[in-house]
Amino acid sequence: MVQKKQIMSSRDYILSKIRNTPRNKRPLPEIPDFKVDGELMDRFKRSLLMNKGGIVDAKQLEEFIDSHQFKKVLSLSEEFRSFANMDIPSDAHQLADLDMAIISGQFGVAENAAIWLEERDMGLRALPFITEHLVIVLEKDQLVSNMHEAYERIGKGASGFGLFIAGPSKTADIEQSLVIGAHGAKSMRVILM
Amino acid sequence: MNHPTKAAEFLSDGANAKWHDETLWFVRDKRDSSSKTVPEWEELRDLASRIKDNVLDYLDTYLLEFEKNAKANNFHVHWAKNADEHNQIVLGILKKHQCKAIVKSKSILTEECHLNPFLEKHGIEVVDTDLGERIVQFLNQPPSHIVMPAIHLKKMAISDIFHEKLQTEKGNDDPYYLTQAARNHLREKFLAAKVAITGVNFGVAETGEFVVCTNEGNADMGVHLADVHIASMGIEKIIPKRGHLGVFLRLLARSATGQSITNYNSHFRSPSAGKEMHLILVDNGRTEQLAREKFRNSLKCIRCGACMNTCPIYRRSGGFSYGSTVPGPIGSILSPGLDLQKHSSLPFASTLCGSCSDVCPVKINIHEQLYEWRQEITKAQAANAKSISMKIANGIFAVPFAYKISAGMMRGALKFLPDSITYSGLNTWGKQRDLPELPKETFKQWYKKNRS
Ligand code: SF4
Repeated sequence: MVQKKQIMSSRDYILSKIRNTPRNKRPLPEIPDFKVDGELMDRFKRSLLMNKGGIVDAKQLEEFIDSHQFKKVLSLSEEFRSFANMDIPSDAHQLADLDMAIISGQFGVAENAAIWLEERDMGLRALPFITEHLVIVLEKDQLVSNMHEAYERIGKGASGFGLFIAGPSKTADIEQSLVIGAHGAKSMRVILM
Repeated sequence: MNHPTKAAEFLSDGANAKWHDETLWFVRDKRDSSSKTVPEWEELRDLASRIKDNVLDYLDTYLLEFEKNAKANNFHVHWAKNADEHNQIVLGILKKHQCKAIVKSKSILTEECHLNPFLEKHGIEVVDTDLGERIVQFLNQPPSHIVMPAIHLKKMAISDIFHEKLQTEKGNDDPYYLTQAARNHLREKFLAAKVAITGVNFGVAETGEFVVCTNEGNADMGVHLADVHIASMGIEKIIPKRGHLGVFLRLLARSATGQSITNYNSHFRSPSAGKEMHLILVDNGRTEQLAREKFRNSLKCIRCGACMNTCPIYRRSGGFSYGSTVPGPIGSILSPGLDLQKHSSLPFASTLCGSCSDVCPVKINIHEQLYEWRQEITKAQAANAKSISMKIANGIFAVPFAYKISAGMMRGALKFLPDSITYSGLNTWGKQRDLPELPKETFKQWYKKNRS
């Protein structure tokens, strides 16, 4: 027996230890429908502001870019291609000094302002993190109420990488003072179309 | 060293201890406000708890399903019985890639495995990239809280260490300034790293994907710039279906910090072209805890830290007083399972007020398990004339019978009673503290009556 254990792979050892533990057979619960009626747009906006994100329109975005004289702006959103002055590179390291990325989000969640992105929305997975400022373009009718609806909507999608992003990068690790701009984007603006 | 001795050390800096206590209570308060915005909060906790019950009942089945799907997604899947095997697997991958420096995002599991000192011994530079973790790493300390690793430090101490390590201005303790210095410093590390290590918040059996949640974006900065991503995952982190993420993500951040969701919730399904992903499934005492029926529930923990923020003992004794990777109430039921001798004082580091169980998003009966451990420990020590538990549990806790009653009495009176206990000089946690303005006479009377 001892001998047998020694040659067992760790995988089989762990699995056999679990199997040898008498357990119950409790079923998975059904997740009820928690849909909240009411205005999605207002809730989404409020959640976004709580997360220190912002809402802008195209004109405000243009002013923001002009006033900062950003050198590197990239847009994966067709509508804002004219704001961009570079294309997505082949290697994420070349994004190290990117000032702004404008991308399209698939949908937003009203309860927490999380926006769902998949690989194809980012070009490179590093993009929404490494850019100094992030702008996400979202269609007004692409809002869901809560995270349950959100996962229903994602369904069986099989993107290599998916992301719920809810605001600019933040930390409170120094005496619990909130600081915006830890490692990821220092600002996140949403344009509702 | 046992918990009371180390708690006394923490309390010797009265001003800091008071700040710590109040700051964590403030976080607990944010959790309360945030959870109250969700009408179905209690239902969500119940669902989360029941999903995890099911996971523990079918853990082997889900692990196999997860492994199969993860492999189909082109992940390399490894299994590690214990910390040592985990560390060897990581080292093996680093050697294969001739990697001498790695970036690592917050992972309590790698702390539990003591991965950093192991890799450093093998000549590998490990850079913790979560701001709080980087701070404590500079100071050669472990994290004192699982969500807020540097919560025991005041900003001037951080300013001093940043001045030394990152050449920031002496005396500048502005949190924004210090954070920007760390950002610039860690940017370089992210851009240079070939291998990045992360923990795992949830592994989804149905899809073979796993989810990592951070507010800073450090996990993603690491893995998307590196060629190789190593994710260390405790085997209990499995959830059956993707849809269950809806339940857990709604609970996690609200319980942890009061945010409606963590800022970045990254779903890793398969590696990008030309990159490599490794997933290490780690046991390290989890199957043993599974076999302990009374303590099995502790494996449902999603590491939100809420039980720490609310705990009157944790708030007043600091994370280091526990001497275990996971401190606070949940640490006090997990750690004795790993090393009963070493952690025998931890189940006594509690008022059994039940506040931990009340806030736990997966409804772990934490305080009941603390009580169970006390019984186990007392039993184990019964042969000794003067048992460890008797020595440690001075004052009220010297009488096992008192636990039960005190738990009942304290429930619902958290705001007042822990003060009356900790500040009244009955035990070590309260040693350096003033008497409260209005001592709780009823409690004292009760104590007198029940002492004999
Ligand atoms: S035991 Fe519960 S409250 Fe404590 S960290 Fe784990 S999930 Fe959070």
